[in-house]
Amino acid sequence: MPLLSVRDLVVKFAMRDNTVTALNSISFDVARGDRLGIVGESGAGKSVTGFALLNLISRPGFIDSGEILFDGMNMADMSDAELREVRGNKMAMIFQDPMVTLNPVLTIGQQMVETLQAHRTLSRKEAEQIAIVKLREVYIPAPEERLAQYPHELSGGMRQRIIIAIALLLDPQLIIADEPTTALDVTIQADIMELLLELCTTKKVSLILITHDLGVVSQMTENTLVMYAGRIIEAGRTREIINDPQHPYTQGLINALPQQTLPGARLKQIPGNMPSLSAVPKGCAFNARCEYAQDRCRAEIPVFEQIGPVKVACHEVKRLHHAPQKQEDLA
Amino acid sequence: MKQDMSNHVLLELENLSKSFDLDHGFLDTLKFKKGRIVSEKRSVHAVNNVSLKIHKGEALCVVGESGCGKSTVARLVAGLISPTKGAIHYDGQRIDALKGKDLLPLRKRMQMIFQNPYASLNPRMTIQQALEEPVRHHNPSFSRDDVQDKVANVMRSVGVDPSWAARYPHEFSGGQRQRIAIARALTVDPEFVIADEPISALDVSIQAQVLNLMLEAKEERGLTYLFITHDLSVVQHFGTRVAVLYLGSVCEYADTATLFSNPKHPYTRALLSAVPQLSDDKPNHIRLKGEIPTPINLPKGCPFQSRCSYSNPRCSAELPVAIEQADGSVVACHAVEEGRID
Amino acid sequence: MSMMSDHQSNSLFSRIMDSNITYSFKRNPVAIISMVIFLLIAFAAAFAPLIAPTDPYDPSLYDILDSELPPAWTGQGDEKFLFGTDDQGRDLWSAILYGTRTSLIIGICAVLVQAFLGISIGLISGYLGGRIDNILMRFADIQLSFSTLMVAIIFLAVSQALFGSDTFNKYALFMLVGVIGIAEWPQYARTVRATVLAEKKKEYVDSARVLGFSPVRIMIRHILPNSLSPIFVISTVQVANAIVSEASLSFLGLGMPVSQPSLGSLISSGFDYIFSGSWWITTIPGIVLVVLVLVINLLGDWMRDVLNPKLYKG
Repeated sequence: MPLLSVRDLVVKFAMRDNTVTALNSISFDVARGDRLGIVGESGAGKSVTGFALLNLISRPGFIDSGEILFDGMNMADMSDAELREVRGNKMAMIFQDPMVTLNPVLTIGQQMVETLQAHRTLSRKEAEQIAIVKLREVYIPAPEERLAQYPHELSGGMRQRIIIAIALLLDPQLIIADEPTTALDVTIQADIMELLLELCTTKKVSLILITHDLGVVSQMTENTLVMYAGRIIEAGRTREIINDPQHPYTQGLINALPQQTLPGARLKQIPGNMPSLSAVPKGCAFNARCEYAQDRCRAEIPVFEQIGPVKVACHEVKRLHHAPQKQEDLA
Repeated sequence: MKQDMSNHVLLELENLSKSFDLDHGFLDTLKFKKGRIVSEKRSVHAVNNVSLKIHKGEALCVVGESGCGKSTVARLVAGLISPTKGAIHYDGQRIDALKGKDLLPLRKRMQMIFQNPYASLNPRMTIQQALEEPVRHHNPSFSRDDVQDKVANVMRSVGVDPSWAARYPHEFSGGQRQRIAIARALTVDPEFVIADEPISALDVSIQAQVLNLMLEAKEERGLTYLFITHDLSVVQHFGTRVAVLYLGSVCEYADTATLFSNPKHPYTRALLSAVPQLSDDKPNHIRLKGEIPTPINLPKGCPFQSRCSYSNPRCSAELPVAIEQADGSVVACHAVEEGRID
Repeated sequence: MSMMSDHQSNSLFSRIMDSNITYSFKRNPVAIISMVIFLLIAFAAAFAPLIAPTDPYDPSLYDILDSELPPAWTGQGDEKFLFGTDDQGRDLWSAILYGTRTSLIIGICAVLVQAFLGISIGLISGYLGGRIDNILMRFADIQLSFSTLMVAIIFLAVSQALFGSDTFNKYALFMLVGVIGIAEWPQYARTVRATVLAEKKKEYVDSARVLGFSPVRIMIRHILPNSLSPIFVISTVQVANAIVSEASLSFLGLGMPVSQPSLGSLISSGFDYIFSGSWWITTIPGIVLVVLVLVINLLGDWMRDVLNPKLYKG
């Protein structure tokens, strides 16, 4: 049984005049120890997915239907007390901006002890001991001294390490990291990613990494979901998806990266913009931007099915699959 | 790697420095130290002794991490702030001391594109108003029709339908707004464009669109760019020359191809190795010790010494000078100079 | 390129009807009721000469025999005088209509003066910064440390003594507008300066500077339109404050003369008779004043909730 199994999850947002569907029938599994990347651009629904997994969607959003089976329990219809038990304890979340995630008026020690005591019966001394062990695990120098410091006394990279240490405090089985390094510099990002990878492998913790950066996904994860306008459009082994993307959108995303083109040449761009959730076109949501789009793509929503090594939601992919390399791609 | 560009130097930065005072007014400078009140002025040294040249037709990329002073360089060149020390020459003319009306001819030649397309357009102005304003301002002799034509042309050239001119910025997506911001800069037909992180606030698929648009403008209008970015893959693609900035100092300055094939400064090497690649499975980057120190009290000697694995006593005592290497790149590093790095 | 299709018409009217302000207004009963009451009062005041049965400014129209008649509904009054009459036999209903008009005019004009001074000074101070900012803001601090009423009382009392009662009464309206207007500009200046400081950091201002626009143009054409929200909020509250200030000054005999009463001078003129049983001369204008100030403040509250970007975006 997978650790996490999401089935037909639908999340909606009640807007002023209508209701928009932010997540449309999302299904995926995360096995124990698996590292899953969720890739997409802003508005694709990747962050909403992260929040939905913890049942943290707040008004005007709501989980409309579907199941989030975590360790066999359905997160979608748990009481608040049950949810609190799972959150932080078995499932932890790391947010994008380390500058705002920590409470600025509490010391690092107070925040860590508070988290521990909320879930376990521990004395202050015991809790601090655990905190020090966890800080050491994320390679924070002189952890005993850090406990007395306030977040503003630490650099961005150090704060993100502390946030990771807090996420690990209760030995969760799953960590959801939403753009954990976007606010950090490249050199610090590389350190944090390396740390996260090491912790997940040695502790056998599952990881869901939400990011827009294909490079990060490529280096960090085993499996990948690509999202577009609230749906999963491609899923499979990360290497398969990066090396041989099937969906035209995934292909477009990878080809649009500057390193895929000779310096100074035109980049292969995807025309147009991601549709806003209130104006998703009929049929395949990508049809207006897709160079392969046919009449069928504008009428029918494609089925998400296994094609070769990956699952793809595209009408044209079967026709295109293993077709000879297109000439204009080489030109 | 000189290609066919003429050797005409368009912009020259000469020992440019900028520091910002942290304490305003006399009372702020008073500190209590060792039982005595002393007056002490603290300042942020954002840019230190930067010398760069941009030839006509080039795209010089200034790259570095947050707080390295790259945006300050852009704002200095654009005349939004004035340097503490040093000089900026544009086409032979010293421009850093110009004020008011004297700047106007320069504004037509030099324009700027900003990072955040959500903030760089006035939310209370329609696109038409935003684009007309600079045209009218710089061409008072234009008739109403001339202005209209100009605006419509510029909109078409950046791929925005001129029939949308009556709309407000909030009705457009981020990518379209950045196109409009570029259009606004192009309305005065500049020859030199400063781009401060123009794509970092955009989505991946939109980044490619905007980068292509800037490349097109470069070819069609013969633009010269000063391109500020933190993204090395963009540098490799877009830049003809690169300057790597660390704590306000240039540590390496070279042709793009040279820098990427043969980085010399230890910081450049670490930076290049940290970029997540699509291809390899295992990250294999050069780890740097610690983090970037604050630019408030700069260390004596090399600014990079605290994180450098090659640093020795000389690095902490003496500021390295920029030395031209055999392949034309300019590197400020004692270890490179002494041949301690292979 | 399909994102535009869901916007149908783009006329000013439809934009206003579609806006968040209209939406929140429609869902806020307090705001709707306040707006209705305010519009009723404003309408009655604006068309006072048409609505009022008599002209309260014309002493030849009132009869001393009608003095101190109670309101019509008490049974002891006269059908002719809905709200009764004052000590000189003047129709209170007409006097209130004219008085409300005077109060509103003074309130709004005083706020226009405040806004003009405050916005100009705030813009200059915030945009230019440095020494000019320091001087202007210290000046504002000094002015704020005197209470509005104190400044107004001293100024009005001195000018009343200097010019004599008659001249003073003739120009009382302008004096009040001037004094209340000048005494309260720092409120505006501070609010505008704070907004300008925040707006100045935004890239569209840098962009305008790089395009070579003059500081005056940037201030008026770019920064000011983006600083309007707090100006609107403060303006409503300031109108209410100005009306109250005017009423207080008139009550103290330093404002509008009894021959051209504002709400304040009506309340004041009836105050002497309140213990002899003629409660209506003070109470009814008092209620009008309270209701007017209350609805303006409620509208201001609502506007602050809608326009406050922090609450609005959250």
